[in-house]
Amino acid sequence: MSLRFQRLLLILLTLIIILSAVLLILYNARENVSYFYTPSEIDKSEITINKVIRIGGFVENDSFNKISSSSFKFRITDEKASILVNFDGILPDLFREGQGAVIEGSFDNKYVFNATNVFAKHDENYLPASIKEDLKNTGYWNKKYK
Amino acid sequence: MDYVLNFHWKIVDLMFLINPNKFNQVADYIFRPILVLSILLFSLGLLFSFYISPNDYQQGSSVRIMYVHVPSAWLALLTYGIMTLYSIAALAFKIPFGFIFNTAVAPIGAIFTLICIISGSLWGKPMWGTWWVWDARLTSVAILFIIYLIIIFINLSFENRILREKIVAIFILVGSVNLPIIKFSVDWWNTLHQPATISKLSKPSIDPSMLTPLIIMTLAFMMIGLAIAILRIKTEIISRKSHLN
Repeated sequence: MSLRFQRLLLILLTLIIILSAVLLILYNARENVSYFYTPSEIDKSEITINKVIRIGGFVENDSFNKISSSSFKFRITDEKASILVNFDGILPDLFREGQGAVIEGSFDNKYVFNATNVFAKHDENYLPASIKEDLKNTGYWNKKYK
Repeated sequence: MDYVLNFHWKIVDLMFLINPNKFNQVADYIFRPILVLSILLFSLGLLFSFYISPNDYQQGSSVRIMYVHVPSAWLALLTYGIMTLYSIAALAFKIPFGFIFNTAVAPIGAIFTLICIISGSLWGKPMWGTWWVWDARLTSVAILFIIYLIIIFINLSFENRILREKIVAIFILVGSVNLPIIKFSVDWWNTLHQPATISKLSKPSIDPSMLTPLIIMTLAFMMIGLAIAILRIKTEIISRKSHLN
């Protein structure tokens, strides 16, 4: 084996070792690397009351209640579990029922989550607004898309 | 006849990718076409992204930020990927052109990353409701920007050029671990950032009327980056030659 291929092999081997080391670290820290818990993960994990966490999921259909102009109640769901959320503040433009959202805050008691921040999460689908109108007119619009 | 043959030979011969003299020849040949092409593509891309492309069904007009954000993100990653390949070539096969390339191109990648971060931040405020969050995708791209900065700073800080070039190449290789993390961060962890819209394995979940300006803008960014890269590599070839003699 020539010297240059020995060097190449050494470099590739080093890269693989560094990559696996970093991935091992990240894999074992995945709970902290993840930006939010899903509602069903909340059920399983040991989260104490008043600990600040983030929960991500969809705003459950027909769960949105406007209590006053800046006070809202809604449920966050991932279709397996759902959590009741209270929020005082300004909601982002994209926020609506059926839309992805990430909320930051803490559990008030076992069932009620008090949010301090609400972020809207959009998915990877991009579609012209005019096509949505066309689909709605012809009745092919899937209500799930909102 | 001789000229025509010569012309074809130049296109096929890929030695210009590792040989400074041949690179200079090819660069002189393609620089003007690339400049013209970049101006044309960029005007066409801007026309498409501002006037011809439609509003998004959810995001409205804000979706147009994508036509700057996504191309700059792709090119920031592409630039780093090519720098990684050149670092391996330079270290393992003793090809000095790899060192020249790394020194010349690192600031271009840094600027692409910065454009990506700033445009993403401006997009995040109206859509997510925040300028910045520390989720896996945003953090790993911020780390990419820091890695680019460190490469630039190492390049500025050593007297001994031979030593400095090797250190930069090794640092680039170590930093390349970040590339798969950026790419897969949205799949491996929960992030506020959306998962990939365009991937090789499935049909892109974006309408063709929005994919067209995205591709035109990516090509335009590529051409602009290439034009600046050619100028910087040519300068670096001269500076390295005069320094080592």
